[in-house]
Amino acid sequence: MTDSITLTIDGNPVQAAPGTTILKAAASVGIEIPTICYHDYCTSNALCRLCVVEVEGARTLVPSCVAKISEGMQVSTHTERVKRARRTILEMLATTVDLSEAPDIQAYMREYGARDERFPEAEQRISPVLDDNPMYIRDYSKCVLCWRCVQVCAEDAQYTYAINFTGRGFETQIGTFFEKPLPETTCVFCGQCVAVCPTNALKPKRQWLLEQGRSPDEIMSLTRSERRRRMRREAAAEQPATGGKS
Amino acid sequence: MTLNDRVVSTTCPFCGVGCTLQLHMQDDFIYRVTSPHDSVVNHGNLCVKGRFGYDFIYNQQRITTPLIRRTPQKPGQRTQAFDLSEWREATWDEALDYIADRQIEIYRRGGANAMAVFCCAKATNEDNYLIEKLFRSLFRTNHVDHCTRLCHAASVVALQMAVGSSAMSNTAAEVAMNDVFIVTGSNTTENHPIIALQMKAAVQKNGAKLIVVDPRRVEMVNYATLWLPEKPGSDIAIFSAMAHVILKEKLYNQAFIDERTENFAAFAASMEKFTPEYAESVSGVDRNLIVEAARMYGNAKNAAIYWSLGIPEHSHGTANALALINLALLTGNIGRPGTGLNPLRGQNNVQGASDMGAMPWHYPGYQRVDNEENARKFEQAWNIEPGGLNRQLGLTTTEIVSSIGPGGVQSLYIMGENPMMSEPDLNHTCHKFEQLEFLVAQDIFINESGAFADVFLPATSWAEKDGTFTNTDRRVQRVRQAIQPRGQARPDWKILCDLAKRLEARLGRPNSAYWDYQDPSEIMREIGSVVPDYRGVTYPRIEREGIQVPSWDENHPGTPSLFAGTFPRGRGKFHPLEDAHMAEMPDEDYPLILTTGRVLEHWHGGTLTRHSWLDDLFPEALMEINPADAARLNIEDGSPVRVTSRRGSIVLRARVTQKTTPGVVFIPFHFHEAAANLLTQDVIDPQAKIPEYKASAVRVAPARESELVNPEARQVRGRY
Repeated sequence: MTDSITLTIDGNPVQAAPGTTILKAAASVGIEIPTICYHDYCTSNALCRLCVVEVEGARTLVPSCVAKISEGMQVSTHTERVKRARRTILEMLATTVDLSEAPDIQAYMREYGARDERFPEAEQRISPVLDDNPMYIRDYSKCVLCWRCVQVCAEDAQYTYAINFTGRGFETQIGTFFEKPLPETTCVFCGQCVAVCPTNALKPKRQWLLEQGRSPDEIMSLTRSERRRRMRREAAAEQPATGGKS
Repeated sequence: MTLNDRVVSTTCPFCGVGCTLQLHMQDDFIYRVTSPHDSVVNHGNLCVKGRFGYDFIYNQQRITTPLIRRTPQKPGQRTQAFDLSEWREATWDEALDYIADRQIEIYRRGGANAMAVFCCAKATNEDNYLIEKLFRSLFRTNHVDHCTRLCHAASVVALQMAVGSSAMSNTAAEVAMNDVFIVTGSNTTENHPIIALQMKAAVQKNGAKLIVVDPRRVEMVNYATLWLPEKPGSDIAIFSAMAHVILKEKLYNQAFIDERTENFAAFAASMEKFTPEYAESVSGVDRNLIVEAARMYGNAKNAAIYWSLGIPEHSHGTANALALINLALLTGNIGRPGTGLNPLRGQNNVQGASDMGAMPWHYPGYQRVDNEENARKFEQAWNIEPGGLNRQLGLTTTEIVSSIGPGGVQSLYIMGENPMMSEPDLNHTCHKFEQLEFLVAQDIFINESGAFADVFLPATSWAEKDGTFTNTDRRVQRVRQAIQPRGQARPDWKILCDLAKRLEARLGRPNSAYWDYQDPSEIMREIGSVVPDYRGVTYPRIEREGIQVPSWDENHPGTPSLFAGTFPRGRGKFHPLEDAHMAEMPDEDYPLILTTGRVLEHWHGGTLTRHSWLDDLFPEALMEINPADAARLNIEDGSPVRVTSRRGSIVLRARVTQKTTPGVVFIPFHFHEAAANLLTQDVIDPQAKIPEYKASAVRVAPARESELVNPEARQVRGRY
């Protein structure tokens, strides 16, 4: 086994250690390949396929986030075929998912000329915002199923296994087992999932409330103890001075 | 609505791990916290407190104006005032003058022994250095302590005796290099969550073998090769029996013993009696498990021991810690990367506060106060006349509380601590607080202790001031001001300087020690001039990444793992041990053993986290009880129970769970509605003066729903 592999990427000779992915090898010579589901600190799963590249001799496009380099490999990262694939992926995502808070993906759409009206007949994936705990909300209408949250909840960081894919095909969603509210699952609210979410589908609850125009004082008055204190005060005010039951 | 995104990088204010936080703000409201994935301590991972638990700073209960009690308080009749109507607002000048006048009056009457201070393991190094300097230089008292006394005091004393140090020997992340590691007396997943992630990865990804020794079936047991479910208080027997097996089977490291240690023969002789059979009879742990654990640790290439408060918080805490140190010296698992003796420190800055001399026996840098040379050095540094500093060892926290009264401590100053939740035997503590002549609380909320005060000084939270924290693996990291102080709140170091100058004027000792700092970086430079370990720590050097002390000079890179060539005391010293048991054994009247601790969602006395949204996630105290005990006592999951010890009684709900072993119940100490420390006892370790929080005899009986203080507070939680 050699210490170093030589290949060409977009015509540039590149040397890298065995086991390096095409994505990393390209980055090492300053060639940027777009990604959505890929994260430097998560296991790569080649789910979104935005990072596909053309490899000489390969029948299909190859996902560069997981494909390892080999000796003499000839890679093209921005051919017409690659660009068409990326554009189509982005158009399909934009049709079904709310990408309004995913600026990186919007930038790719502009870069690849992707139109969100490409598939007018397609059905949007819409689900209500899940606000079942005091720490963060889950808005799966914005979820691109990148799997990062599931992985940091599992072996990539937390070993908590509170969430996973549920459903099949178009119905696929991230969820808890038996759709239990998060506090009733193994969730420890570390928020690693919120940190790696690329589309703001997961968001700290206080950020969500602030975006809705609530003031900091209003937000702090929403805790259970504050709500209860208020209820007690109101109840005391309503009670006539005499004859009140405690 | 799109939010502004102003970002400030700082260090987490909760536990000793010391995670890097990036605070995202609109105006002065922090709405999101992230952490860079290349951060050196936590690699971008946070726990619920660091990620979401900072919101207490905006709580409307927070006090942001100096307050003085309307009714003057008298010793013996002092009361708690939680309601603002019992206080009047004051200006800073008025409040500080009032404090200075009263303190001077008491000092003139009662002398140095009348004055005491509780420093704060949550505050910065700079704050703690100044407060101990204030009390030592102006009131000439060494009654200076903080909650380290109630957490790792025995670990510190034992480490000082055996190796001459007082901190984790290695970096927490080195768990990745262990092939065997012991976790004992530590519920790591809840109390040091980010270190627990590294431990889980070491087991799952590197195949390290984990031995858990704990009376609770803590979550780390799920990752353990061996779990030794000991009875509380039997640590000396277990770890000495492991040493016994290692000696008998010749698994020890003769070369290391010869080159690096002393007193081996006496130690080896004292281990003779600790047979696995004996340890089984004392601890209830199968002798074969003990033998297996000994072989696993004894045969390891790189083994480390991680412990937390289950070891020191006993009436024989120092001996417990010595039993662990003996094991490491015996096998040579110390002084190399991937080995070590690692007490996981609880508070964000308990290591730093201890380093800063917030302790009654030491000046900053563990320099003993009863050593003439040290005293002279500090007299010179603080511009004090020769012989001016007090050479007598001061009182520890628990001793300070006990000594309150005529002839003892009369004036107490509390910076950010809550002894009325954290001291053992709270009824006794409460009685003692009532006897105080004068009490100042410097905090952000009126907690159970501050409610007793004459004057309340509103300090800033960690997000409103600059400074440094020293984390559990000795890394000095920056804390940065992210938002403006709320209301009239002021940073602790500024309050202390203002007070010190008033005291100097009244004492007629102007310009003694120095109090005119422009910013905390100047204080750190002064610290470096008196604490050799910190000489290399300057703000520019720790701008991007913290430095692990000791750092001897401006070019020294810091020390990730200690004791490579030698121990600070020269040779590592083996200590012969005798067995010791919990001070209060269970009996017919009090048949169960109560052990106390923390839960993931809360912090200590609750001053911070119970004013946060975190309280919605975990709103009530729960007593964990094993199903076997619960069935016998007719207790169902969620039903109210009354827990009674010889000192007090509380009512709370039961959580029936395998997480605790038969005969043992667990109660967290965060909840004033059912304060666990009403039940604990103030029997203390003779060497370290740490109380035995981890073992009190109690009885448990079903109670009525109406006896609960706050019956509506419920939240189903599915986590282990």
